[in-house]
Amino acid sequence: MPRFFFWMAEVMSKKIDAELVKKVAKLSRLELTETEVAEFANQLSAILDYVEKMEQLDTTDVQPLAHCLPISNCLRDDCAKPSLGTEKILENAPDTDGDFFKVPKILD
Amino acid sequence: MENLEYKIIVGLEIHVQLLTKSKMFCSCAISFGERANSRVCPVCVGMPGSLPVMNKKAVELSALAGMALNCKIAKFTKWDRKSYYYPDLPKNYQISQYDLPLAAAGFIEIPLENGQTKTIRITRAHLEEDAGKNLHTTGNFSQVDLNRAGTPLLEIVTEPDLSSAAEVRSLAVELQRIVRYLGVSEADMQKGHMRFEPNVNLHITKDGKEYKTPIAEIKNLNSFRAIERSVDYEVQRQLDEFSRTGITMETGNKTTRGWDDDAGKTVLQREKEEANDYRYFPDPDLVPVEFTDSWLAEIRAGLCEMPIKRQLRFVNEYDLSDYDAGVLTAERTTADFFEEAVKSGGQSKRVCNLLTQVGLKMANEANCSAAELGITAENLAKLAKMADGGQISATAAKTIMEKMTQTADEPKVIAEQLNLIQKNDTAELEVIVEKILAENAKAVEDVKSGGKKSKAAKGFLLGQVMQKTKGRANPKVVAEILERKL
Repeated sequence: MPRFFFWMAEVMSKKIDAELVKKVAKLSRLELTETEVAEFANQLSAILDYVEKMEQLDTTDVQPLAHCLPISNCLRDDCAKPSLGTEKILENAPDTDGDFFKVPKILD
Repeated sequence: MENLEYKIIVGLEIHVQLLTKSKMFCSCAISFGERANSRVCPVCVGMPGSLPVMNKKAVELSALAGMALNCKIAKFTKWDRKSYYYPDLPKNYQISQYDLPLAAAGFIEIPLENGQTKTIRITRAHLEEDAGKNLHTTGNFSQVDLNRAGTPLLEIVTEPDLSSAAEVRSLAVELQRIVRYLGVSEADMQKGHMRFEPNVNLHITKDGKEYKTPIAEIKNLNSFRAIERSVDYEVQRQLDEFSRTGITMETGNKTTRGWDDDAGKTVLQREKEEANDYRYFPDPDLVPVEFTDSWLAEIRAGLCEMPIKRQLRFVNEYDLSDYDAGVLTAERTTADFFEEAVKSGGQSKRVCNLLTQVGLKMANEANCSAAELGITAENLAKLAKMADGGQISATAAKTIMEKMTQTADEPKVIAEQLNLIQKNDTAELEVIVEKILAENAKAVEDVKSGGKKSKAAKGFLLGQVMQKTKGRANPKVVAEILERKL
């Protein structure tokens, strides 16, 4: 079973409390106020309660779904095409340094 | 320090850059050394509305490598998002494969120093995209170059079956040979085409109890030598640490350590208290890949004899030393060239010597493979035959081979032009020998008196004949004449 579903299972069994909302927010790099934490805990719990209804279904013979479309092998040939170019790609950058994107110092 | 009994346990995580023209999920060209951020498009930076499309070649190369590593190729494989926040991947996730990797449960055979081979199990091999590069400046910020982001990588994970630094190196060398043979990767370590991350720990026996040291993952290895040295260093470091602190896997944490090649040691980078929460989930932007039998058969046709098997065959079939066979099979084109020349009538050992002692040296200087020197296999065979037949000396063969890279003339024509055909004419040589003997009465006496001096004097006389004939006398014939005359 994929880890994501383990995680979902862990979340679902726990019920969403403030602590879990904070953990998820941290993993998603979101800053939340205490009011928002409480609000989202309620909303997320409601969503999970709804999803829990599916647990009533018998899925013994159902294959896990990898994709919602019944298609596969959308492939392209290995041909290189021109990229946007340094100037153009940097146009949308919040900050640049020469030919580079400039970001806060990264500590390994 | 106390003498501890221990076993070395190493597993490898390897990233191999696939040899494609374009990136994994977009049409940007693969780059090395281009202007920063010049090979980047909306898909690379994950702009809203952009959609990734799989590179067919990358999928096929991965399957081919998987087959060469004796893996089971999944009939059905899919793409997952691995979430993490780091500016070298602006999407905030890496497209990878999580629970349904493209290849799994294989093995690789590696040569050991004692001439035997060892089987190392391959856990899995999956396809993923590379990240960009973060450059750390002296200022209070970092620079990001995304040219590399999206380059197709095959991640290969082995079981912890390696038990020495030499074995780790051997696997690295063997894997490089394999992927180059198959054209799966250029596998240039300096260019980062192959990145090895050994996971090292020790099982130490002390007072009848077994202790396991915390696992260290080593990064920043960009040469085979660094791989071997880093594992050796890490083993000693973990032994020392255990003796000093007694910390084990249960009481300590897994760490990431970077190899400092100049200092010759590993340096602590990170200590992991818990496993990263990557929150993998299926990528909704990409549909699965399903391999049909006919597609797999088409890919399988790209397989060839694996280098380690070929090396063994060269030893048995061509009566070469294991070392020579290893040199010849290091590159597929060289091995092919050798076999063609032998098929064209060249004696295997002679062809091998010409190739390893002359051809590879020239190829190295010209920065190409021995097969690309401009010498045909037929002409190489002819040259080998001339040397074997005594028509030219070994030294002359070298000179002629060098000349052969510049002209399409047959070796015989070159030999005649350069006046390198050996004198085999006994009558003619006898006259010269007589003359030399007459001129060197002292040496002749020494030979006849026997003992130590005799051998040296014989050599001296032979040398005089060679000098007289400007090296063109067949030394074998001269030696025979000398033997008879003295």
